[in-house]
Amino acid sequence: MKMKFGIKEVVATGIGTALFIVLTNVQVPFGIVPNTALQSRVAVITFFAAVFGPVVGGIIGLVGHALGDALFYGGVWWSWVFPDAVFGIAVGLFAAKYAIKEGGFCTAKTIVLFNIVQIVGNAIAWILVAPVLDIVIYAEPANKVFMQGVLAFIGNIVVAGVLGTLLCFAYSKIGAKSSGLKKED
Amino acid sequence: MARILTYAEKNTWIHRLCGVTKLTFFLGWSVIGMLTYDTRVLMTMLIISLLIFKVSKTEWKQVGTVFKFILLFLCLNLLTVFLFSPYEGVKIYGSRTELVHLFGHYTLTIEQLFYEFNIMLKYFTVIPVVLMFIVTTNPSEFAASLNRIGISYYIGYSVAIALRYVPDVQSDFIKIKHAQEARGIEMSSKAKLMTRIRNMASIIFPLIFSSMDRIDVVSNAMELRGFGKHKKRTWYYSRPLKKNDYLTIAFVICFAAISLTITFYDGSRFYNPF
Amino acid sequence: MNPIIEFKDYTFKYRSQEEPTLRDINISIYPGEKVLIVGPSGSGKSTLAHCINGLVPFSFAGTATGSLSVKGENPGETGIFGMSKIVGTVLQDTDGQFIGLTVAEDIAFALENDMVEQSEMFRRVDEVADIVDVKKLLLHAPSELSGGQKQRVSMGGVLIDDVDILLFDEPLANLDPATGKRTIDMIERIQKETGKTILIIEHRLEDVLYRDVDRIIVIGEGRVIADRKPDDLLSGDVLETQGIREPLYLAALKYAGCTIQPETHPQHIESMNLDPYREQVREWYEHAAFTPNEKKNDIALEIMDLDFAYISGNPVLQNIRFKINKGEMLSIVGKNGAGKTTLSNLICGFISPDKGTIYLNGSDIAAKSIKERGEVIGLVMQNPNQMISKPMIFDEVALGLTVRGVEEDKIKERVNETLKICGLYPFRNWPVAALSFGQKKRVTIASILVMNPDVIILDEPTAGQDYKHYTEIMEFLKKLNETLGITIIMITHDMHLMLEYTDRAIVIADGELVADDSPARVLTNETIADKAYLKKTSLYDLAIQCGVEDAPGFAERFIHYEREIRNH
Repeated sequence: MKMKFGIKEVVATGIGTALFIVLTNVQVPFGIVPNTALQSRVAVITFFAAVFGPVVGGIIGLVGHALGDALFYGGVWWSWVFPDAVFGIAVGLFAAKYAIKEGGFCTAKTIVLFNIVQIVGNAIAWILVAPVLDIVIYAEPANKVFMQGVLAFIGNIVVAGVLGTLLCFAYSKIGAKSSGLKKED
Repeated sequence: MARILTYAEKNTWIHRLCGVTKLTFFLGWSVIGMLTYDTRVLMTMLIISLLIFKVSKTEWKQVGTVFKFILLFLCLNLLTVFLFSPYEGVKIYGSRTELVHLFGHYTLTIEQLFYEFNIMLKYFTVIPVVLMFIVTTNPSEFAASLNRIGISYYIGYSVAIALRYVPDVQSDFIKIKHAQEARGIEMSSKAKLMTRIRNMASIIFPLIFSSMDRIDVVSNAMELRGFGKHKKRTWYYSRPLKKNDYLTIAFVICFAAISLTITFYDGSRFYNPF
Repeated sequence: MNPIIEFKDYTFKYRSQEEPTLRDINISIYPGEKVLIVGPSGSGKSTLAHCINGLVPFSFAGTATGSLSVKGENPGETGIFGMSKIVGTVLQDTDGQFIGLTVAEDIAFALENDMVEQSEMFRRVDEVADIVDVKKLLLHAPSELSGGQKQRVSMGGVLIDDVDILLFDEPLANLDPATGKRTIDMIERIQKETGKTILIIEHRLEDVLYRDVDRIIVIGEGRVIADRKPDDLLSGDVLETQGIREPLYLAALKYAGCTIQPETHPQHIESMNLDPYREQVREWYEHAAFTPNEKKNDIALEIMDLDFAYISGNPVLQNIRFKINKGEMLSIVGKNGAGKTTLSNLICGFISPDKGTIYLNGSDIAAKSIKERGEVIGLVMQNPNQMISKPMIFDEVALGLTVRGVEEDKIKERVNETLKICGLYPFRNWPVAALSFGQKKRVTIASILVMNPDVIILDEPTAGQDYKHYTEIMEFLKKLNETLGITIIMITHDMHLMLEYTDRAIVIADGELVADDSPARVLTNETIADKAYLKKTSLYDLAIQCGVEDAPGFAERFIHYEREIRNH
């Protein structure tokens, strides 16, 4: 597990959080229920957690979501902040296995593992943690919050699955040695 | 891009409070707001929030856009609650006083109205405090405050870096978005889902990858200037707690104790007038 | 006296590379010296700097042989933290180095990490802010500062540690010429006042030599090629063979057939003894051929009375009007924040003017969307990494056509054709990540070119590149301009670029158009150069001091002559 939190992780957390905040309202609407859309910031947390590990992922989710909500929307919906942190931690737990910086994210096995992790992580975060917190904190109707949770789950697995996978794959390519390239006529 | 909230320097006693005091107040207030559903407590909190808001001399134009957004979001949320569970209030308060039959099996009850009124209150008690926290707290004090309440300075400093680089990342984002739009890539088109995702990728990938380069530069620069050398660090902008700070912190603690006692006195977090 | 920095038979190899980056380095630098280190990109000059401040081998791993001592310490053992008390490093990227949320915090950063008491911090920050002249800016955020101001803050941030050695890594790369001049002045003042040892790594030789340096060390392919006094070095031909830009006045003297003698002190044009050369220079001027370019008359782009303000009452651009002819290659110049970028944003349609009209090929484009304008006016960003979104070169170049729904066969044909023009065809199946910075820049130009635009706007096309890469990019753009007849507009503050590659310069200062003339005239006119934060070219001084009254004409002939040489 990548539990190290050195200078590089401090900066990665900071820049990742900044990206997460800036992309807060960069989203493509998806359905009509409030607070559900294809959110580009999900790609940021997925990618940073996968590269830098659970601590970085968790803080980006927690701080990025809380500050992003506060700065853009003037409120902090804690029941939706914590699931993002949970998701960041979940994806980050297996960071060493993906070995993205070392060029390891190119095999089908790693990509499948990554996607299983992100789907399970999203399920825990959005189908379990978020609705339960909504019920506990805000006493909102169970069917409503589970419906919202499922929509968020679907949107997020799409973004994490497509954009997250592509980002990790492309970045892994940068890290890998580009030997064996030949000029063609 | 929507207007985002920013710190504005003013000279009120709220601005003069330490960052750590405001952070404690904000977190404490959030916790009370989350735990209680007692209408009397929520009403008191709302009045106090509005008073604080008034005292902080926050102007409408600082928060207007954001406030309108919240209002819209709230109304939509309340409507959704009703559509999904029109008798949630009846379940909670254990009585049913029908007002008017709407359609299908949707009948408006006083209990439901009261319940949704409480949801609204719950949001409203926290919103002014969040707005106030953001516009009156100097971001420079934020990291020092996190460190003061016991969070490792490494994590505190990563929050400082986030605040430092938000404007830079935002201007990079706008530049990249423009250049890609000129190449014909738009994110908000009526295109198919996959196309939308692809276009989103064309804008955020360069942003994220160029940010990865920045991580290396910034961490080298920090290391060259001794970040992480010792177990602790001092802060240029930290301020000692003064009388008002202690009073504020004491107030929020007392308030928490009293309101939670009132709330849970009868074994339920709801106040039941029925 | 013992050297403060001493390399002895020093060789260094990065872990990720096959060959050593530095070989058999022997350098001695003495306390209080001011030394300039020059060399093309990839020569190893930045690695040399990283060896001194400890980033090598701690941040960039590798193995070293031979010895290195910095004030008696071996950086390889003392570590980055230990070295930071001896060596203060000012990085090229002023945004990356500015870590604090405000100026005061950034200057105090090293003290905070050293757990210095707050009252002590206040005192020392004030002191240092005075030295680097940012006292009035202490409460400002980095986004409110100019590049030059940020750099002064960076200097403050390392001076606060009372280091013995100041190391500047390409300090001029992101600055306009006038600000660069101020930086060099400030370095000079700091050295005079504090007696610190100064190392400057830079390839903009002429700009650094604006103030005296004690020695110049030339690095090439990892070795020390020369280590001489400036007057000696400038008299030889080492710079030319290493692909480093000579000061323009020396190039002009050489064209005139003069052999530069160290005794004439060629370090500064102002104090150089030109007696032995005057006659030859005048003669060259009288015989040099000069034929003004024929004027083309088809107008590609016309800007009429343009006004723009982000906040009303605070205009960014006012009354801008000019015409650009088809097939022209011109530069828009002015200091950072003068409104150059705003102007290109208006032309591309990212923002709308408050007043005025933009005509493209004779028709008003106000009603056209960003996407529609993008088909006729291409924009190339300064940093190619901010534009490239596809992992493979072919896909990246094809992107503009793909999103416009062009047929696949047609795309393939157009992309291959464009890749051939750009010299990228042999790499078409490579990942973008395998390319150098300059090649990536070409990819971004190709991705615009593929849409067959009439006009291409480039934002700082040569920023941060050494003379060799600069020449490559510019020659490529010139070829596009000449063979395809594409109108090329470059937003820049690079004086060499405007002088050597453009026939016209539009100068914007404080939101107004202050000149629309040939670059040679702009750069020999002190008033305009000052307003636009440019610098008068040294060719002007040379001409005047040699008794050539028509200084602009002299500069124009010089450029013409140089282009002739390059084309043969």
